[in-house]
Amino acid sequence: MAERAVPAAQVYGLVGALAFAAAAHGAVLPPWLLAGVVAAFAWRLAVAGGHLRLPGRLVLGALTLAFGIAIALVYGTLLGRDAGVALLAGMSALKLLEWRTRRDALVLVFLGYLLVMARLLYDQGPLTALWLLLACVLLLAAHLACAFETASPPPRVLLGRAVRLLVRGVPLALLLFLLFPRIQGPLWGFQDESRARTGLSDEMTPGSIAELARSGEVAFRVRFDGAPPPPAARYWRGPVLDGYDGRSWRTVGWAEGLRRDAVLGEAPVRYVVTLEPHGRRWLFALDLPAAAPADATLGSRFVLSRRIAVNEVLRYEQQSWLAYRTAAPEAGMLRLQRQLPPGGNPRARALAAEWRALPDPAARVRAALQLFAGEPFRYTLSPPPLTGEPVDAFLFDTRAGFCEHYAGAFVYLMRAADVPARVVTGYLGGEAAPGGEYFIVRQSDAHAWAEVWLPERGWTRVDPTAAIAPERVENGAYGALDEPGELPLLARRDGGWVRATLLELDALANAWNDWVLAYGPERQRELLARLGWPDIDWRGLMLLLVALGGGGAAAAATWAAWRGWRRRDPRVALWNAACARLAEVGLRRGAQEGPLAFAARVAGARPELADEFSAIARLYAALRYGAGADAAALAELRRRTRAFHPRRTP
Amino acid sequence: MHAPPAFAPADRLAAVVQQVGSVILGKERAIRLALTCLLARGHLLIEDLPGLGKTTLAHALGRTLGLEVRRIQFTSDLLPADILGAAVYDREQAAFVFHPGPVFAQLVLADEINRASPKTQSALLEAMEEGQVTSDGHSRPLPVPFFVIATQNPMTQLGTFPLPESQLDRFLMRLTLGYPDARAERALLAGEDRRRLLERLSPLLGPGELTALQARCEQVHLAPPLLDYAQALLAQSRFDPAFETGLSPRAGQALLRAARAWALLEGRDHALPEDVQAVLPALAGHRLRPASAQVGARPEELVRRLLSAVPVPV
Repeated sequence: MAERAVPAAQVYGLVGALAFAAAAHGAVLPPWLLAGVVAAFAWRLAVAGGHLRLPGRLVLGALTLAFGIAIALVYGTLLGRDAGVALLAGMSALKLLEWRTRRDALVLVFLGYLLVMARLLYDQGPLTALWLLLACVLLLAAHLACAFETASPPPRVLLGRAVRLLVRGVPLALLLFLLFPRIQGPLWGFQDESRARTGLSDEMTPGSIAELARSGEVAFRVRFDGAPPPPAARYWRGPVLDGYDGRSWRTVGWAEGLRRDAVLGEAPVRYVVTLEPHGRRWLFALDLPAAAPADATLGSRFVLSRRIAVNEVLRYEQQSWLAYRTAAPEAGMLRLQRQLPPGGNPRARALAAEWRALPDPAARVRAALQLFAGEPFRYTLSPPPLTGEPVDAFLFDTRAGFCEHYAGAFVYLMRAADVPARVVTGYLGGEAAPGGEYFIVRQSDAHAWAEVWLPERGWTRVDPTAAIAPERVENGAYGALDEPGELPLLARRDGGWVRATLLELDALANAWNDWVLAYGPERQRELLARLGWPDIDWRGLMLLLVALGGGGAAAAATWAAWRGWRRRDPRVALWNAACARLAEVGLRRGAQEGPLAFAARVAGARPELADEFSAIARLYAALRYGAGADAAALAELRRRTRAFHPRRTP
Repeated sequence: MHAPPAFAPADRLAAVVQQVGSVILGKERAIRLALTCLLARGHLLIEDLPGLGKTTLAHALGRTLGLEVRRIQFTSDLLPADILGAAVYDREQAAFVFHPGPVFAQLVLADEINRASPKTQSALLEAMEEGQVTSDGHSRPLPVPFFVIATQNPMTQLGTFPLPESQLDRFLMRLTLGYPDARAERALLAGEDRRRLLERLSPLLGPGELTALQARCEQVHLAPPLLDYAQALLAQSRFDPAFETGLSPRAGQALLRAARAWALLEGRDHALPEDVQAVLPALAGHRLRPASAQVGARPEELVRRLLSAVPVPV
């Protein structure tokens, strides 16, 4: 079988585009697979350069089989996201090696688009989106190049066309983005199990928050309605830990949300939180959240939580009371929050036993805070390990720790002194973004503090860390720590221009989150309500989408046709009409045939038409190619063309 | 019936074509192309085997157009001075006097140009390009009109110096005559001796009229769609990988000059895509080179490929 080689320029273009799309997956593909894909690309390029030949069917079949088995062995399955992406990348590379026809080229282009889509299963950040958009431009240009039989225009021209085509697709993409029915949860309904998310957990051991504070990752961003509250009031409430087993604090199962404690507060602060995915169910709010956003509940410990884990960027509006007073909780809860494991930490218990003599629980709290302020405690990210009885060792021997040490020890002392107390984890502070439009709260702002139950005030926040390192509250961990150098660059104040640039880039990420990723079912409902469809369901949305999309496409087509009609050249229109009538009787003008050449052919085939049509052709040629416009000749052409009605048979 | 205004030059030119055609039988298209080349102020290269009427065509054209014809037979020992002329010491005037060479003629027939050494070839080609001859620091203009018809034997023959590409570009057109068809050959064999026929030819135009016609050519209208078409052809020749190199802007100008002359010959005051198509094979055949992948592709095939890839504007 004679086979026409695929033009080298097409190979270079498509291999380049595929490599760009596959490179987006570089971080998740295993090295052996990456090496194989690169080898296949190199092979195909060498074939295009005339140095190698494409493998035969037998070799290719064996390679494919071996590759499939390798995937099944490495991943244990051929299904699922990771195995699927690996399979897709490898098979695209193998498909390159059997690219002989234009059909193969089209398959490759669509494999490239699949690679682009598959990347979104992992990451939907602005830089990824930009990369994938560029990949789409390259793929589209390669696609256009494959439409040419032999020679395709230079890359610059193709890329320009690809960009123009994509720009034309923008309205439709916007329409789909805004109106396609949204479901709760991440875009594709996948849970991201492969990567451990950083964030608070529902368990706190000495060192766990210090570990978290070494990460500069963004936890969430906040935009306040009106003036932001002062730093000392920016306690972002997360999981409440009330069970202690002698080593770690954790949330004890409690019928969350069954009965909400009454809260008295006034003048709530309003703000919008854009939460990064953290793989847990809870949401963060300023102490003390006044109500739960849609799809979330406010539990009896004043923790916001959702039914499913937050694996997508989540945006919610929230209100909080900065000054509040809680009503009495259930007796069972208070009992729970006095419990300590039996035995252990004798020195701490002895100290607390002394405080029990104080009649007022608030006085016991003050006594404990004086202990922290009076003794030489150090605030540090890397304290010496606690051996033996951890609370005793911390309070009386090492006296160095991060916030979880202080909060844990304080709650222990309070419970031992018969004051109901619990550990609250979350974030403290946050940094204003350049321009001050929003605040960035990072993992390095993670914090733990305590809450005590005082009969006359309800649950009261007490931050023992503030007693040792008051700067932590005002300025974040950087100014308060003994070793600020261990903090991530973005949490430090001496980061210089690198940090300043990264902060500027954060504005981009924030806008992307706000406008693109956080557009979920809630905001879609809001938008539709504002547009006048408050209670539209997904069927209605689909109808709306089809109506608007179809209507828009029809309008665009009509407009294009109208513009073409407006711009059309009467000479050309008349000539086309005459040629169309000839085409109906079987005489079709060749694309490379000029008017007189066509007329000569017509005269040969149908001599009885020769006079009429030659006159039309000469008039058209003179009008179109001659100098100056001749109204009389145009009228003549019009008259003759209208009178020209060739019949099928002479 | 409405028709474009009749163009008097067309009739004169048709008569020229007819008279030359009475000597060179069955080669009307080649004659028209040769005349087009002349009208477009270009030089002509005829490439063919000996005995196919190259020289006769040149003589017939020269006589019919009333031009002074000089023939230079190129041989391997021909020197530049044999063509251009040389300064010779004159005893009476006690000075060097320039004796013009055979290139000082209105129509120069350079026969078998590829037999001469490259040095001699380039002497002629420089004169063609400059329109003058420089010797002893004096520039001497060549006559107007000045037209060179060079003939060349196919390169496969022994003892030849094929013209390099850069020199080929100096010729506006390259033609091949080819064997006559059966009827023309019969007429040729049965008819009179060509040389005697040539002597009987009477001039139909003079040098002045020829110059006026050349000027007339430049007034042939080039409409925007025609320029589009020419540009599309140039662009296609550049990015189609079948061609080693594309057509240069100079080739583009030459294409339009030739298309105008052809249109004038056809009796039109505007050029059509058909005119471009008619002259393109003669014009581009020696300027396009196949890419390595297609070695051996004949020039006509390359031009056909080019034409078939570009649609005519509607």
